[in-house]
Order: sequence, then C-alpha cells, then structure tokens
Amino acid sequence: MKQWLNQHQQALQIVLTRMRHHMLATLLMFCVMGVTLCLPSILYVIVDNLNRLAGDIKDEPQISLFLKQDIKADITNDIEQKLRAHPAIKTYRFVSKESAWQDLQANSTDAEIARNLEKNPLPDAYFVTPKNIEPMAIEALQQEMQQWPGVEIAQADANWLKRLYSVLELGKKAILALVILLGFALVAIIGNTIRLQILTQREEIEVSRLIGATDRFIRRPFLYAGAIYGLGGGLVATLFLASVISLFNSSVTEIAASYGSHFYLALPDLATSLMMIVSALSLGWIGSYIAVGRALSKLN
Amino acid sequence: MIRFDQVSKRYPGSHEALKGVSFELQQGEKVFVLGHSGAGKSTLLKLIAGIERPTSGTVLINNQNVSKLRPAALPYLRRKFGLVFQDHKLLYDRNCFENVALPLYINGVTGSEAAKRIRAALDKVGLLGKEKAMPITLSGGEQQRLAIARAVVSRPSVLIADEPTGNLDDSYATEIMGIFDAFRQVGVSVIIATHNVQDTGDARVLRLDQGQLLGTEQAKALGL
Repeated sequence: MKQWLNQHQQALQIVLTRMRHHMLATLLMFCVMGVTLCLPSILYVIVDNLNRLAGDIKDEPQISLFLKQDIKADITNDIEQKLRAHPAIKTYRFVSKESAWQDLQANSTDAEIARNLEKNPLPDAYFVTPKNIEPMAIEALQQEMQQWPGVEIAQADANWLKRLYSVLELGKKAILALVILLGFALVAIIGNTIRLQILTQREEIEVSRLIGATDRFIRRPFLYAGAIYGLGGGLVATLFLASVISLFNSSVTEIAASYGSHFYLALPDLATSLMMIVSALSLGWIGSYIAVGRALSKLN
Repeated sequence: MIRFDQVSKRYPGSHEALKGVSFELQQGEKVFVLGHSGAGKSTLLKLIAGIERPTSGTVLINNQNVSKLRPAALPYLRRKFGLVFQDHKLLYDRNCFENVALPLYINGVTGSEAAKRIRAALDKVGLLGKEKAMPITLSGGEQQRLAIARAVVSRPSVLIADEPTGNLDDSYATEIMGIFDAFRQVGVSVIIATHNVQDTGDARVLRLDQGQLLGTEQAKALGL
C-alpha cells in the first residue's frame, strides 16, 4: 500500500516538475482545452437560462374547464373537490355562467352579440393553473380532466409554450452534439500532446523497460499528465465562462430592465461546474491512455 | 542458476545470432563471454536478462523457463539483473543522482531510503562527489562507472555488462574490472561480454564464434 502510494506520488511529482519546466507550453495547453470546453458551456448557460426564463413566465398557461350546460350542483361540487385535492394544480378559479354572461354584456363590443342571444349560452367554467408548465404535463392534466364527469371540454392554451419548449429541446440537442464533437477533439488534442511527450522521452522509456519497468510504471506519469491537462483545461474553461457571462450580463440586465424584468444570466451551479471539470479530467486521462497504449505496443 | 539448453536465436530477416548454445552458470560465478563483434555476445546477454526470447531451446533462470513467462512477468525477471549496456544508456537530461535513482523508483523505493542507497552505489564506483553533475560532463570512464552504479543500486544478484571497457583506455578498463571484482567478492554473479580481454583471472570463459559456443573452459587453461 505504501509502495503503491509512493509510486503514485512519485509519478505525480515527475509530471509536475516537467510541467513547471515547460510552464508556457502547459499554460497554452490549458487554454486550448479551456476554450474548447468553453464553447459548449456557453451554449449550455444560454439554454439553461432560457429554460429558467420559460419557468418564471408570468403569463402562465391555463386549462379552461367548461362544464356541461345542464350540470347538477353535486357534480360541480365533485369537480371543485377534485380540483382542490389535485396535486398537479397550483390554483383554479371558478367563473359561473351568470358572471360570465354579465361580463359579456358589460363589454361594449360583445354587448351587441349578447343582445342577439335570447338566453345565456355560456357554461360554468373553471380556469386551472397547473404547477408544472411543461407541455407534456399540461397535456396529461388536460386529458385527465377531459374524462371527468360533467366536463364538456377541457382546453389547454399552451401552443406557444410548446413551441418554446421545442426550441429549448433543439438547443439541448445542439449542446449534446457539440459536447460529443468537442469531447472527441479534446481526446485527440491531449492524445497528440502526450504522443509528442512520449517521443521526447523515448530513451527514458526504453531504458526503464530494459531495467524492469512495468508498462503500468511507464504509463502512470503520462496518465497523470493527461488528467492534469484536463483538470487545468476544465478550470480555465470555468474561468473563461464566468468572464464571458459577466461580460454578457451587463448588456443582458440592461435589455431586461427596459422590459421591466430583473432577468440576468446565471452562472452554472457548482455541481454543473464540477461535472464539467471532472469530465475534462476524464477526457484527458482517456486521450493519454490511448496515446501511451499505442506507443507501448509499438515499442513491443 | 542460469541454464541454457540448445538455445538458438534468429532475428527476423537475419542470420542465426545463436546456434544451439548450452551452458550452466552458478550463483556467484564470474564469467567472460568472449568473441568478435557479431559473434552473438550481446544476444546471449539479452537472453539471460529476459530482454529477448529464444527462437528455440530453453532458457532457465532460477528454474523458471523464460519463454513460458507471461509478458507481464518479464519486468520482474529483469529486476533480478543489473545491466550495464554497451552504450551506457544514461539519461542525459538528468543528473547522476537521478540516473542512479531510476531502478529504485521502478522498484517503488523512494525518499530517504532511496537516497541512502543511491549514495552508497555512487560511493562504490567513486562518483559520490558528482551526484549533481550531468552525465554529459563526465569522462567516458566516469559515465561507465555511473552506468555500473545504476546497475547495482537495486542490489541485483547478477550483474551483466556488455563491453564495459570497449571504448576506454587501459587504465580506465582496469579500474572498471576492479569494481566488478569487488561486487563479485560480495557474492554477486558477474557476466561480462568483451572482445578484448587482457586478464580474465580465474573467471570462466564462454567463447562464442558466429553464434556457436566453442567452449566453457577456465580462462587459465586457455593460456590467456
């Protein structure tokens, strides 16, 4: 165990010393990785914020529940109770056919129509605001309420929201595609860097093998190097991202203020940042593993 | 301890470097492998150290058949040997201390224990004062001694040297041989390949000619 720790500590030390000696190259490498990681991250932040914006839209979608004309009072009560107890419903509002009729008559343009009607054609209605405003949830709720006895028609008014969510979905797919492409690029960049390092240390590797170094011993410092490049790249990316977002924010808040909103671009939370850094580290490790594996099999 | 049984080695696209070589070496022996260049001396040493595998025949090291070892086990076999290469194979981008440290690090020995052993090894070859020097600044003889220090630092039971005095003038060569004798005195087997031997003393001699073993006589009997 102690020996194992020793060997790791020693490998890490070798790598850190090497990196210190080539400070500029190492920092440049961090920056290359940082910029590469930054691109999907910025897109992520934008989509994430749009998501948030969509989440606190004041104009909340409603489901209109028109009841049957000849509905009995106890069925209305039933519906009322179901609405009150339903976990997916945030608020609801009852509009009786009488008050709707009065509204219609009070409205000057609609009064003309009202006068031509002999009796009140309007049904009792509930206007329901769901808790979850995602199109899927709204649709599910609407379909559920459509089945309730006494409900003539349940109408969801969420087309525009559906469109917004489709756009956000597209954004998420774009991020995924970008992440895969750039992840591949990172593995290639790090793999190539490590390959060059192996070339410069060829002699050392050969001698080490001749005097009894295992492949694992030879591989270890390079794996650490790859992981450190990834880690450095991840940290630089976080830094870049924070700077870019705060740069954007000065304009975004200004635009939002002119619309009377307090919207601003939020930075990714700690978990997301950590995940970005950890995945960068893993990509570095993988790239380096591939490069060393190839080099070792060539030496055999 | 080391047994060769009808060992042949053919490199791809080349002649047979060794043909049907058989011999046995005991622990603590000093052996000279003699022959012109191209006689198969280096190949013989590489087969002993598990760097090459025989094309046919068996190489037994401590009753282990080298051909049957898994590739992953070979590094551990190699650690039993201290190797001094024909071209030193020193690392010129690090100082003497770090060069000698390499086998210890491979064995997982680090820190003060390693430092103690590195200084002891450098002391044995008379380079204690040069631990911070870069190998390129050393003379040919000093580089050879540094290579020996690296070979012995992990206390191998067998020391193998390929042409250790090849490019050195006589006084250096005698000095190097003296160092090998000192190791032999503490029970280390010493196997030395060379094409010009002045004094083999009481050592055994394996004489190779074009890949064939001519004899394993005592040196004195040959009248050398």
